[in-house]
Amino acid sequence: MVTWKPDPSFYPSPRMAMKAAPETLAYVVAFDPTRAVPDELAVVDVDPKSASYGQIVTSVAMPNVGDELHHFGWNACSSCLCPNAPHPHAERRYLVVPGLRSSRIHIIDTKPDGRRPSIVKVIEPGEVAERAGYSRPHTIHCGPEGIYVAALGNAEGKGPGGVFLMDHETFDVRGQWEMDRGPQQLSYDLWWHLGHDTLVTSEWGTPDTFENGLIPEILLGAKYGRRLHFWDLHKRKHLQTIDFGDKYQLVFELRPAHDPTKAYGFVNCVLSLEDLSSSIWVWHRDGTKWAVTKVIDIPAEPADPDLLPPMLKGFSAVPPLVTDIDLSMDDRFLYVSCWGTGDLHQYDVSDPFKPKLTGKVRIGGIVSRASHPGGKNGALNGGPQMVEISRDGRRVYFTNSLYGAIDEQFYPDGVSGWMVKLDAEPDGGIAFDEKFFVEWPKSHRPHQVRLQGGDCSSDSYCYP
Amino acid sequence: MNEFWPWMLLAGLGAFHGLNPAMGWLFAVALGVHRQSSAAVVRAVPAIALGHAASIALVAGALVVAGIFVDQGAVRMAAGGGLVAWAVWHHFFGHGRRVRIGMRTGLAGLAFWSFLMATAHGAGLMILPALMPLCLAESPLREVGGDGSAAMAMAIAAVGVHTLAMLTATSFVALAVYRWVGLEILRSAWINVDLVWTLVLLATGAVLLII
Repeated sequence: MVTWKPDPSFYPSPRMAMKAAPETLAYVVAFDPTRAVPDELAVVDVDPKSASYGQIVTSVAMPNVGDELHHFGWNACSSCLCPNAPHPHAERRYLVVPGLRSSRIHIIDTKPDGRRPSIVKVIEPGEVAERAGYSRPHTIHCGPEGIYVAALGNAEGKGPGGVFLMDHETFDVRGQWEMDRGPQQLSYDLWWHLGHDTLVTSEWGTPDTFENGLIPEILLGAKYGRRLHFWDLHKRKHLQTIDFGDKYQLVFELRPAHDPTKAYGFVNCVLSLEDLSSSIWVWHRDGTKWAVTKVIDIPAEPADPDLLPPMLKGFSAVPPLVTDIDLSMDDRFLYVSCWGTGDLHQYDVSDPFKPKLTGKVRIGGIVSRASHPGGKNGALNGGPQMVEISRDGRRVYFTNSLYGAIDEQFYPDGVSGWMVKLDAEPDGGIAFDEKFFVEWPKSHRPHQVRLQGGDCSSDSYCYP
Repeated sequence: MNEFWPWMLLAGLGAFHGLNPAMGWLFAVALGVHRQSSAAVVRAVPAIALGHAASIALVAGALVVAGIFVDQGAVRMAAGGGLVAWAVWHHFFGHGRRVRIGMRTGLAGLAFWSFLMATAHGAGLMILPALMPLCLAESPLREVGGDGSAAMAMAIAAVGVHTLAMLTATSFVALAVYRWVGLEILRSAWINVDLVWTLVLLATGAVLLII
């Protein structure tokens, strides 16, 4: 695996990464909600010149059933070029694909043929529990010390969840990352500011509070995650907690500025208990401390209770349910998935404190069931969910399933999977690519998308 | 000519170490682009050279001390064996370790980072063949004379020459990349110096064992 030159998909800076050639393949994890057949990694052709454009060209089945493949990542990426911990002759080659339910981690080789990847190693949950003391691996990021994995539960499936490290070449589980976790108990996403030696983590809940779906009492009691934690990336020490307050629940996806000299990032809050709105917040420096500021509020939409799932009937409204966000490589556009209403918003966040809505499409949605120009299956369910942006910012892909047990709570008829692509104008504005509508096989639901060679939520950079 | 080759070798290896991005010039450039200041690049380089010199001095000092008590043949064999072992370790496990110093570090942290990088790479070991003719006492203490002060003076001079060459190469590359070349060069010119490094360690060890 040792190479003579750095992997050509590594870029020193986000500016340079934007010049990368367009991706031709997308990797998408998809799971069977009934846990009867194995989950899959699907390879989708995203090359407009190809005869199989917009189609699944291969599906790699996992060796077991019931993994619930969720978020995944590359073994190595542009952070390998960092000057303080250089290991530039690694290859971006393996996808690290964990099962959120099974805690099993699959290592999938995308070479020699990216269209036909293969499983080369499976790390069993016992090994993760024994070596790291964690379970329910969730977020995968390649970084300064190897592969970082956020895990939602401890070895027994309770709190605290946290972060563990894996070797990016041997895939050995190296152990727990935290040396001093301070008050942190709940875990969800992780990312960092490499230029500021800071790691940030967010929260969800312990496995017993989400594996059978959201528990209304816990949600309304504000017992799900609502805090951000800031850490010293190198000393692995907890530095600061920011609590969003008991009005806010499910503070989820962390999207720090790609430019390593900038010290801010965006995070979505899925639900306000007061009015069912979703919100986007910016974390930023305030003197020697970190602070948060709410910059976007997306209100719930009034709706006929007859059209709502039991969980929402009493509210007579569709919450936007912003469950994912993604930031373009130039830190200019923030994409926001409203899984409840069916909207995908594009904001110009050149000034992160004053976002401007610059584009919007609607597809699916709890009540609207908006269709797609290329869709032949009528009213669509599910809504914009895991969103991924190409490195040059011109193409945006997303799928429609959130999490097996939660899909049915908001879409009681089940989620029929699809994946779509938007074309984005350089100065704002988005539109559906009418030729790109992947109607997913009924056996599976698609979740996260990763683009060949990297995308806007896989790499981090040490140079501006 | 015989008196000159160890000095030439020390300077040559100094330049080789200085050219390796992992030994510090890249860190200096990174600090420069983060702070948008060529002064940051210029300030970083001496700290990096100092850390490197400390790592080299450690080996040179150990060699002088060994030379006082043990005869040259034994030192040579031990050094050769050590180098080969280091090369093997470096090849198989060297890439797994990380030096946990961040991008916000000060000059002291930078010097410490450089010391750790040089030590972990076996930078001092690599210059042993050049140090030996200069720093080994004429004869060990247990035989006749030789208090090692002359050897120590030579060791200090040797570390000085190596560091000066390293400092020159590092400064030149750091400033050139920061000012004119740009970081795009990392994608094309960052060849696997670690592989070359391992081979140099191995060859140096073999030479010491064979001659």
